[in-house]
Amino acid sequence: MSAESNQHLDSETIAFMDACLQKEHPKSYLIAVLHKIQQRYGYLSQAHMDQVAQHMQIPTSIISGVSTFYHFFRLQPRGKFSISICLGTACFVKGADKVLDAFRTELGIELGETTPDGLFSLESSRCLGVCALAPVVTINDKIYSKVTAKQVPELLNSVKAAAID
Amino acid sequence: MKEINLTIDDQALSVSQDTTILQAAEKLGIKIPRLCYHPDLSIEGACRICIVEVDGSRNFVPSCATPVREGMRVRTNSPEIRQARRDLIELILDNHPRECQICERDGNCELQNLAYAMGVRDRLFEGKRKRHEIEKSSLAVIRDAEKCILCRRCVRVCAEVQGVTNLSQLYRGVETVVAPAYEQGMADSVCIACGQCINVCPVAAFLENNSTDRVWAALADPSKHVVAQIAPSIRAAIGEGFGLAPGTPMTGQTVTALHRLGFEAVFDTNFGADLTIVEEANELIKRLEKNDRLPLLTSCSSGWIKFMEHFYPEMIPFASTCRSPMSMLSVLLKTYYAEKTGRNAKDIFVVAIMPCTAKKFEAERSEHCSADGYPYTDAVLTTREFIWMIKSYGINFTMLPEGEFDAPLGFSTGAADLFGTTGGVMEAALRTAAEKLTGKPLTELNFDQVREVKGLKEASIEIAGRTLNVAVANGLNNAKTILERVKKGEKTYHLIELMACPGGCIAGGGQPYPPDNHYVLDPEIARLRAKALYRIDEAKAIRVAHRNPFIEKLYQDYLEQPGSHRAHELLHTTYTPREPRGIK
Ligand code: SF4
Ligand code: SF4
Ligand code: SF4
Ligand code: FES
Repeated sequence: MSAESNQHLDSETIAFMDACLQKEHPKSYLIAVLHKIQQRYGYLSQAHMDQVAQHMQIPTSIISGVSTFYHFFRLQPRGKFSISICLGTACFVKGADKVLDAFRTELGIELGETTPDGLFSLESSRCLGVCALAPVVTINDKIYSKVTAKQVPELLNSVKAAAID
Repeated sequence: MKEINLTIDDQALSVSQDTTILQAAEKLGIKIPRLCYHPDLSIEGACRICIVEVDGSRNFVPSCATPVREGMRVRTNSPEIRQARRDLIELILDNHPRECQICERDGNCELQNLAYAMGVRDRLFEGKRKRHEIEKSSLAVIRDAEKCILCRRCVRVCAEVQGVTNLSQLYRGVETVVAPAYEQGMADSVCIACGQCINVCPVAAFLENNSTDRVWAALADPSKHVVAQIAPSIRAAIGEGFGLAPGTPMTGQTVTALHRLGFEAVFDTNFGADLTIVEEANELIKRLEKNDRLPLLTSCSSGWIKFMEHFYPEMIPFASTCRSPMSMLSVLLKTYYAEKTGRNAKDIFVVAIMPCTAKKFEAERSEHCSADGYPYTDAVLTTREFIWMIKSYGINFTMLPEGEFDAPLGFSTGAADLFGTTGGVMEAALRTAAEKLTGKPLTELNFDQVREVKGLKEASIEIAGRTLNVAVANGLNNAKTILERVKKGEKTYHLIELMACPGGCIAGGGQPYPPDNHYVLDPEIARLRAKALYRIDEAKAIRVAHRNPFIEKLYQDYLEQPGSHRAHELLHTTYTPREPRGIK
């Protein structure tokens, strides 16, 4: 995916922007356009936002303002391992916030960010419906149950080790 | 418009219905404290310092954002309001560095003044506050987000006056920061280096990239021959730094101050301005003859030139190729003057005192460096930096005797003085073009049609049996308006003067912060400074650029004739489209 981000936006996104430009307040569709790009590419790259700026004639400072204001926009590609911590009520009560803190310190990144080596990214999710297993962490498609803050370093090491094999 | 009756602090008045409480109070001589408000920008309502009590309202209301209503009863002062305002200021200060004594804005900081006026006498909070590195990538404008109080005046001036929209508020909550897109460096952004964000910032979150250290070092270096040149608009504004009223001309004192600081010779950018006019009028006449690349766009404003390169690269062929007066004079200092005085150009250190931050950028452009790489202008100081140097040196500026510029590059005509104000370059060019086209001296030298301090002016002027359509734009949103008209072919223009700053160089991004009874970018200050320049022009014996005897001699000795190969080599320049491309 990330290689694609340096390329031009795909024709579907361009067609979508063109359709927005036909509407009454074209600039008010900026958020919709950014959503579309995130769906397609997984995040908003600077190159893509630059293209939106030129295509829709909206200054990059404004696009940058919008994309950093809303938490749901990702500004970096997901890591090879996408870590998601459930912050639903059950998980939270059982200490998911402490688990999140442990991931943040271990990886040195915040929610929505990716480690510089591109290996890990961190995000939160809402209730996954497996509250009996709380607190729940998923790494890519794998579910880890009853995770404690203490287990976090070990967990990361094992994922890393598996990746090297 | 409907008149509304209300009372403010028990005084009755009537005002038109589009007035805000804050504006109505000003009519009664009540200045409600404010921070984010600026009379010529859109209303932000961000700081809430301007809160007042309105009968019937449960909460305090922000007076800058609240229109008057019939029968309204407003109270601007009560112990509760005063306490609330103090609390708001304290909240800002809690998240602000404690370094007034070592801060560039010490003594003219709106936050500092407000804190004192609101009665804040303690700084209790010792907790965590936001941390940011100072962003120094730009040669012109640096950004210190740690001091930013998020009033967004800079965001508004950059978008609403300059049409650049380089700045915006990024992230949210405690992480909020005002910066260019992607938080990139100012040098990598569409910033045109005009410095208007510095002017409107109430604190020291935007500043010029300071060059005083380099100048002190050069002055102390015996191997350097350090010379100065001062821009036309400096003489009309510098006095404000020493408590004089805006528009008090201080030309002679400025020359003396420069000598006292150790400059070996003091020249006048005005000489460069006269020369610019001779070359530019020649360019205009040639293009008129061939009906080629019209309108001619003036090129002396470095902020406008950078704007053209980012936003209107398609207009580059229309721009005059003349270097700015500063750069013309600097080139002559390192060629003509060096040869005449038997010096090596490398030993001459040229300091330009400018109203402008964009000139710092211009000075470092490769186009304004010699073939072997040294810059023609070694350092650019803003009016503010220069005022500071004078104070720092212990010079009592207002008591100084009047000095004289060094000859011959210090002699100028009245036309040159006009360069400092909007419409001035146009008027100077028209004087010379008219005399050259008719072959006769003008009887009336003043072109009142282009004189007002106003964003956009148009006039049609009869010269030698033809009508010249001219336009004058300052503040780059106005430049956009006029350039769009040109591009759409709505009207045929022959000459357009463009200046980046609102009012021209007299309101440049490097000029003094306003005195107490004015607000920043108050057009009234610009008017007073412009008036001073018009008075200087009127008082001069020679008021047409090409009749400057030293310019005539310069062509005979050195440059052959206007537009000659030699003149092109030394006095003209080129432009390049720039990334990132701006959004019109
Ligand atoms: S910006 Fe103003 S309040 Fe802040 S440190 Fe400087 S002088 Fe003090
Ligand atoms: S210097 Fe001018 S263009 Fe650059 S950010 Fe400031 S106001 Fe905008
Ligand atoms: S940089 Fe200055 S003008 Fe801009 S928001 Fe911050 S305090 Fe206000
Ligand atoms: S001055 Fe009114 S809200 Fe800031």
